[in-house]
Amino acid sequence: MKPTTLIKIAGKSITKNKMRSLLTMLGIIIGVGAVIVMVAIGLGAQQQIQQQINQLGTNLIVITPGSSNQGGVSRGAGTFNRLKIEDWEKLQREGQLLSGVSPVIITRTQAVGGSGNWRTTINGVATSYPLIRDWNMASGVFFDQSDIRGIKKVAVLGATVAENLFQGQDAVGQTIRLRNVPFQIIGVLEKKGQTADGADQDDVVLAPYTTVQNRLSGWTFIAQILASTGSPADIPAAQEEIRLIMRESHKIAQYDEDDFTIRNQTDLADAAQGTTEVMTLLLAAIAGISLLVGGIGIMNIMLVSVTERTREIGIRMAIGARGGDVLTQFLVESIVMSLIGGAIGVFIGFSGAKAVAHFTGWNTAISPTTVMVALVFSACVGIFFGFYPARKAAALNPIEALRYE
Amino acid sequence: MKDSNIVIQTSGLQKVYTMGTTEVKALAGVDFTVTDGEMVAIMGASGSGKSTLMNILGCLDYPTSGEYYLDGLRVDKMSKSDLAVVRNQKIGFIFQGFNLLARTSALENVELPMLYDRSGKKQNTKQKAIESLKRVGLGERIDHEPSELSGGQQQRVAIARALVTDPALLLADEPTGNLDSRTTIEVMALFQELNDAGMTVLIVTHENDVAEFAKRIVELRDGRIIRDEPVVDRHDAKLALKKFVDQQSVLV
Repeated sequence: MKPTTLIKIAGKSITKNKMRSLLTMLGIIIGVGAVIVMVAIGLGAQQQIQQQINQLGTNLIVITPGSSNQGGVSRGAGTFNRLKIEDWEKLQREGQLLSGVSPVIITRTQAVGGSGNWRTTINGVATSYPLIRDWNMASGVFFDQSDIRGIKKVAVLGATVAENLFQGQDAVGQTIRLRNVPFQIIGVLEKKGQTADGADQDDVVLAPYTTVQNRLSGWTFIAQILASTGSPADIPAAQEEIRLIMRESHKIAQYDEDDFTIRNQTDLADAAQGTTEVMTLLLAAIAGISLLVGGIGIMNIMLVSVTERTREIGIRMAIGARGGDVLTQFLVESIVMSLIGGAIGVFIGFSGAKAVAHFTGWNTAISPTTVMVALVFSACVGIFFGFYPARKAAALNPIEALRYE
Repeated sequence: MKDSNIVIQTSGLQKVYTMGTTEVKALAGVDFTVTDGEMVAIMGASGSGKSTLMNILGCLDYPTSGEYYLDGLRVDKMSKSDLAVVRNQKIGFIFQGFNLLARTSALENVELPMLYDRSGKKQNTKQKAIESLKRVGLGERIDHEPSELSGGQQQRVAIARALVTDPALLLADEPTGNLDSRTTIEVMALFQELNDAGMTVLIVTHENDVAEFAKRIVELRDGRIIRDEPVVDRHDAKLALKKFVDQQSVLV
């Protein structure tokens, strides 16, 4: 039989029993729809996290003191478990693959100025910081090398701090007091949003690290060193380079472990990504079970249908249908049914994902892969659960089938 | 080897059913020949083996032993799917219960055998189906479903379906069992007409009146042929119909 004829016959038999066909398909419709909505929610969450991580900066590498293996315990004389300005200077001098390196000295204090006061984080950084973090100015300028060398009392505000202290007025040119030290505001940063773990990146004041060291904290240790590479491909090599420079700077003996930790964006992303991946998988698995149940529904109806249509099968056999023809007919019928169900399910999944995004404000993302996989899977369900009933039909004895009442 | 105008030839055809430890011989050696253009009635009481013979002649069942040639082809040892092809190409079935596909138009019912045809004759299936329906006098009602047709019309659709593949043999199993007297005569008239046009017709029946329309009667009892003779005073269905109509009008 020609494939078109087969599909025509299947179509006829499906439309002959509209209600039954619809109920049969319902399982697949709900299954596919659920898979698509669930995966859309999971993928949406992943995308959002990816976006947030990209916001951290371009090709960012973070060096922090101590290593997890060490638990922060000093390894004895001649080694350090802190990062110092010298480390940064050495990286600056010797790092061939690094497009920018900046120390970050962190302290928290009350910022007073404008219309009130606001408790925030003060980061002492170098001039390369905006480049590393891929962070542009909203207004004003960032401090330059002369500000750092001159230990100038200048500050650049994050959007949240500027908003809270100056309520929409231009902060540039104004003064804030940090621990009673007046700082002149020379710039305001663009809004960057939250990090993957929900911290507000804009709740920050940036100042030259020299000024923060000398005027605010008095510490010579730095919380972290940020570095960036020209391209993502350079990250692994750059990390190795940093490691060697740092070991040299910290005078770590050949077989001793590092007393610092180097992580890149991918490492930071992995933890968060891992969680959402598990979530997506879990959601898809639950939805997949409903697809399976839908498949069993198809098998159930096909089995009933074979019994109900025993006489029809007998007639077809008497006038020349071979076992293979009958098998194919029933198989095509169940595949067509599950594919139609799958297509409707895709449509409902699309609408469902849109509705979820609309009502909850979650990010949802439908990938073509999901749609393809859902359709292929529903066809497989049709083949798998249609095969047994189809084989039962094909194995009927024409004489008995014709006599069947 | 085989005469070209022999349609059916069986020799020593046996069919044994085993029920537990007892063996039942439904057919106990049937030698039977039908030549081209014959119209044969197979008669017998229930249990005589006529249904079994019908199933084997119709290539729906295998004999336990013996040989069966249909239109020059030895079919008793063929595989199931080859038999399906033989049924499709060589045999036109007509059943007591019509056996049309429900909720399927007369036209599509008649088209059905051609869908299973692999010989390449399947072009213009619709045209062929319409011609076949015209041949049985149903040119008008081709889009009606079986439930919208009378018993006689349904049987005509079934005959059109049997004819549409140009079979070597029309095999009718109690074709008038579900029909009233008048329609019975009408359907028999159609068989006689087709037979006159050269079609070989085999009718299984237990009614003497129906058998009398054939040219030859074969009677079975206990799985053997006990009578095989030409019909001396063959009924002409057209005349019978005329007579029947006259009688009815007299009664009215």
